[in-house]
Amino acid sequence: MKNILFEIKEGLLISLKAIRANKARSVLTTLGIIIGVASVVLMSTAIKGIDQSFQEGVASLGSDNLYIDKWAWFDNDIPWWEMRNRKHIDMEDFRKYNNLAKQPIAIAPSAGSRRTVKFEERSVESISITGTDNNYINTTTLTFEDGRFFNELESKGGRSVAVIGSEISKKLFPHGGAMDQSIKIGGKKFKVVGVLEEQGSWVMGNWNPDNQVYVPIQNIFKYFVSRHSNSITINVRANGSQNVDATKEEAIGIMRRVRGLKYDEKNDFSINQQEGLLSNINQTVGVIQIAGLLITGLALFVGAIGIMNIMFVSVKERTREIGIRKAIGATKRTILGQFISESAIICLIGGLIGLAVAIVGSMVIAQFDFPVTVDSDAVILAITISLITGVLSGLAPAYTAAKLDPVDALRYE
Amino acid sequence: MNIIKIEHIAKIYQVGSEEVHALADVSLKIDKNEYVAIMGPSGSGKSTLMNILGCLDTPSKGLYDFSGENVSQMDDNELASIRNRQIGFVFQTFNLLARSDALHNVELPLIYAGVSGAERRERAEFALEKVGLADRMSHKPNELSGGQRQRVAVARALVTNPSIILADEPTGNLDTKTGADIMQLFNEIYELGNTIILVTHEEYIAEHAARIIRLRDGLIEHDEIVKARYIPKGSIAK
Repeated sequence: MKNILFEIKEGLLISLKAIRANKARSVLTTLGIIIGVASVVLMSTAIKGIDQSFQEGVASLGSDNLYIDKWAWFDNDIPWWEMRNRKHIDMEDFRKYNNLAKQPIAIAPSAGSRRTVKFEERSVESISITGTDNNYINTTTLTFEDGRFFNELESKGGRSVAVIGSEISKKLFPHGGAMDQSIKIGGKKFKVVGVLEEQGSWVMGNWNPDNQVYVPIQNIFKYFVSRHSNSITINVRANGSQNVDATKEEAIGIMRRVRGLKYDEKNDFSINQQEGLLSNINQTVGVIQIAGLLITGLALFVGAIGIMNIMFVSVKERTREIGIRKAIGATKRTILGQFISESAIICLIGGLIGLAVAIVGSMVIAQFDFPVTVDSDAVILAITISLITGVLSGLAPAYTAAKLDPVDALRYE
Repeated sequence: MNIIKIEHIAKIYQVGSEEVHALADVSLKIDKNEYVAIMGPSGSGKSTLMNILGCLDTPSKGLYDFSGENVSQMDDNELASIRNRQIGFVFQTFNLLARSDALHNVELPLIYAGVSGAERRERAEFALEKVGLADRMSHKPNELSGGQRQRVAVARALVTNPSIILADEPTGNLDTKTGADIMQLFNEIYELGNTIILVTHEEYIAEHAARIIRLRDGLIEHDEIVKARYIPKGSIAK
């Protein structure tokens, strides 16, 4: 045991000497590994970041929420033409459900459209306008930077009032002061009564409340879309996650009654849940993960080939040195160990530099609101893969060195 | 007592379809504290013999017994260990590690022998002092003259206290004066009780030895004692 430790220690010292003696070449060799490790670490942290924002975004939808809709959002088992042929869900369905449902703590209808939103000279295009009623706020966890959600009076009366997301507020009112201003949505005037705090994350896209405008639902039907040609969504919030299933069962029962379905008829509506979105997202993230790691793995592989190449050159160049070492007593194992630890050390140094590059890179990326942080997992990952790469790419060259015949090696010019 | 005993050794190389007998049939014995010169023109097999004696190579046929150990049957690792512990090499081209200083070069065989730390350093320094390089220990080979380089090589050969010193044309790359100094060094080492085998094709170099073995075409042509063996002071001759 003591002997092996001694051999490892001496082997490492000899390797370090050799690396220092060939600084320029060692640096160039390391470059491949630096790039490889940096990209693997950056990619894995980026994927982690994406995944995290997805999860957070989904969580911001609320795990207690159900969405009764004509369309199944995530379920691909039902053919789209079957869903297309379903009857629209209308305000009448909503009212009946609202009267019958006991389980939910909040119920609100919603209908949407896309319009340009303007304030004086500034405008933002293709903004998702959600029409709903005053109860909507209770189906969400939205919080306000300023003002409030529209109240029952404004909602029932279909007043021209709007609640705007933080992104829209920033774009239309870069210096603040959105409250009580009159904005134009699709050419119609609305008064801003509330500005939301920054909520979601960019990964949510259309779902992101930051990029939404909320108005009383009557306005949607009055100005933007026909009441008869459009289906609404019924937003339902269950009383805690333990009641989600009961709420869902009740909703199915009530909706079947409301829609007048016979016992042998299939549901002509879908109850959507965050879970569906989650599994969709997990699939997407999985694909990104595989693709990302394949690409960065390739970079690492190229780096490893570079190391192997240089190690072969190094063995060739140092044939005489190997001969000398063998003549004065180095065994095959010693030579093998020397060259493997040399390439392992080069790779480890490269890996650590790559890690540093990745950390700096992630800080730069984080400036652009992309959530990446290099954590301890990434550090372990970087060290492990660089060591493994070093040992693997050093193996063949080291073996070539170890099996050199001392007589031939000494004669080599 | 025989340190080296070889019997009917042959080394055969396959060159194309032809067999080349670098050594045809060689038998010899070398005792402790002998100073032997192996001579012969190029192609006589003296390098091959030296490689086999130095355990760098194994014979195709025959028996090689080194201090009672059968070398001809050894594997690579055992051979490496014999080279490390029993044999000190001095080469014509010095064969020092170019990027390491003199001290590290001399320490190297001790590293492979598993000697660590302070003891290793001490022994290497002592060996360098013995060859007169106490003030050149941290110099790299390219900062040393040819004679100094060969002295480092001699120190490296001596540092493990080997049973034999094997020198292959040790003055071949040196001018006459420096060569003479190195031969003087060998004489001193010999007089300290070491066994030296010298391979050379220069008569005046071989004259330093007490015994001259002449090879021709892979066979021993002549083997004679030319001087009385030096008996180190204080030791009892058999």
